[in-house]
Amino acid sequence: MNRIVERFARLKGQSQKGLIAYIGAGDPDLEATRRLALEFDRVGVDVLELGVPFSDPLADGLVNQLAARRGLASGTTPAGVLETVAAIRNGCQVPIVLYIYFNLVHRHGLERFVGDAAKAGVDGLLVLDLPPEEAANYEAVMARAGLCNIYLVAPTTPDERIELIAKRARGFVYYVSREGVTGMQARVADTVGAMTAKIRIHTDLPIVVGFGVSTPEQAGLVARVADGVVVGSAIVNQIAEHGHEPAMVSTVGGFVRSLVRAVEPVGVGRP
Amino acid sequence: MSSFHNGKLPDAQRVGVSPASFSATSPSIPAEKVRTDHDALPDAQGHFGPYGGRYVPETLMHPLRELEEEFFRAQEDPSFRRELDYYLKEFCGRPTPLYLAERLTRELGGARIYLKREDLLHTGAHKINNCIGQILLARRMGKTRVIAETGAGQHGVATATVAAMFGFKCVVYMGAVDCERQALNVFRMRMLGAEVVPVKAGQQTLKEAINEAMRDWVTNVRTTHYILGTAYGAHPYPLMVRNFQRVIGDEARRQILEKEGRLPNLLIACVGGGSNALGLFYPFLEDESVRMIGVEAGGEGIAAGKHAARFQGGSLGVLQGTRSYLLQDEVGQVQLTHSVSAGLDYAAVGPEHAWLRDQKRVDYTYATDDQALEAFMKLARLEGIIPALESAHAVAEAICRAPECARDQVIIVNLSGRGDKDVSQAARLLGLNDENAGPAPSAAAQPESSALKTCS
Repeated sequence: MNRIVERFARLKGQSQKGLIAYIGAGDPDLEATRRLALEFDRVGVDVLELGVPFSDPLADGLVNQLAARRGLASGTTPAGVLETVAAIRNGCQVPIVLYIYFNLVHRHGLERFVGDAAKAGVDGLLVLDLPPEEAANYEAVMARAGLCNIYLVAPTTPDERIELIAKRARGFVYYVSREGVTGMQARVADTVGAMTAKIRIHTDLPIVVGFGVSTPEQAGLVARVADGVVVGSAIVNQIAEHGHEPAMVSTVGGFVRSLVRAVEPVGVGRP
Repeated sequence: MSSFHNGKLPDAQRVGVSPASFSATSPSIPAEKVRTDHDALPDAQGHFGPYGGRYVPETLMHPLRELEEEFFRAQEDPSFRRELDYYLKEFCGRPTPLYLAERLTRELGGARIYLKREDLLHTGAHKINNCIGQILLARRMGKTRVIAETGAGQHGVATATVAAMFGFKCVVYMGAVDCERQALNVFRMRMLGAEVVPVKAGQQTLKEAINEAMRDWVTNVRTTHYILGTAYGAHPYPLMVRNFQRVIGDEARRQILEKEGRLPNLLIACVGGGSNALGLFYPFLEDESVRMIGVEAGGEGIAAGKHAARFQGGSLGVLQGTRSYLLQDEVGQVQLTHSVSAGLDYAAVGPEHAWLRDQKRVDYTYATDDQALEAFMKLARLEGIIPALESAHAVAEAICRAPECARDQVIIVNLSGRGDKDVSQAARLLGLNDENAGPAPSAAAQPESSALKTCS
């Protein structure tokens, strides 16, 4: 079974919520990415979302743009990211999603990229700029490889599109909590609960919420109305700050552990 | 691929570009051309064959659908059409003249060269045609704020202008490098009340300005309309911008029939995103005897990072909402580009151009920085017209084509913009800042010794 599907099934069985941690691959280098992945798994992260650095990340705010720039500067290529995933898989079963812009997949060759990703141990792709309307072939290729194609739902998505997206998504539905690019914000939009409820009408898939969730408190609030919470820029910011310090991995791991704890329902601890 | 797309092929391989093929009785379109109904494209999803489409983050999908619906409604609405025509005529100064460049024609000794004078429009370039159309749409949709990207600043000025006219808040994103090389236009935009945001990411030119405009749009999409300035991006932009620009070709077709009593043999336009070229070409697409050449920016020559000729060094890719030809490296990172002209300095080309090239309906070549500068000076000295450096690329192609043609042949060059914005940059590049430099560089006086474009 796909690791993402398996993980959310287990969380549901235990009445727990998932914590999805995003980092930019190759920031500051791919060895750091590998070590961070292992540390995140150790502190209880449910899904690791790896951003593949792209020259033109138009859906990203400044924090993730800078991470992509550092990733490119360290020589990170899509193939290098896949090698790193394979290295992480050596003893680690944390579900992994690649957050990627379509040109990198397209250039590699759709079938070849999906095949290589599956072989490396990737479990799902979130292609930022590939809506379902352009994705018929992609979905077929992903299904054959056993990978989850993850789609976004936005606050601007009308009901009939929510239905379309929910029908075609695999793994989980990712609700973008606000109009805008990735990045941190002072408070989470109060429409999140209403929107996740609306999405739930159309699907039994887990619903995760991201874009702008940056503190343990916010993560805890969002976890009440979603099956999982994505935290990205806040973690990326920590990596930027501690970059090449020897203790970077454990420092960032400590922050991520606080996020994992924040999404646990009161009274339900994790081993 | 047609053998005559590449400007570097030897003459023997240049199917269809010999002077004989320009005559009305001998259509220059290769026999194997596949007939297509150009009016049927793009399809409902915005595809021109394998190109185009809508590759954007989910937040923009519904707003793009709303824009598309409003655009189609407006097109069918006589009151919209009337208002658009009114402003194009009374505010912008349409129709623009189709002007016979007599001295240039005589000097080159071949085809008669007509200039479609978009440079005479208010704000100085064809960009205003599209901006008037889009601001009227924005108003219909109840938006209160417009944003735009700009390279050379012409689209930014046109957007700032229509925003001022209709009372919209306006923010223009412009690469920091472009802000410097087109400083005059930055001042114009600010005088018109727009906020100009210099974009410092990447190579700080047009591509980065579009990224930043899209980030703004994603964030403010409920109140804001994005006035994209070229026939690029997610559907419906390539279609919409083409339709707002086709007035150029519609007029030119009518005008040349009046003046010459027949269709032209050749149309030439520069291609950045490609809106001025499509505007001129589109109404002639079904006229098989009319050849068309799009001229990309050859920069310092066709080597990675030195040019912006997507059909020379590019490959199929997906950038900023659409699938088209793109300058990218082997893993799909978008490459640096260079052109003396900020408006052509862009890594991708409009999807309809990629389609027209596949159909062998339009040929694409390039002019280098030096060739464009020579043409810039030559037009100034022979015709008293200082063209935009973008448009000078089209003039350079005309300079190399015209002598190959018989004297009864007719070429129309889209003079898409005026060169006021380029004067200080050109003066520096051409050494005109030095008082002792005299009347050189003598494009008009010594054509044989210059960098003038050759057709080989």
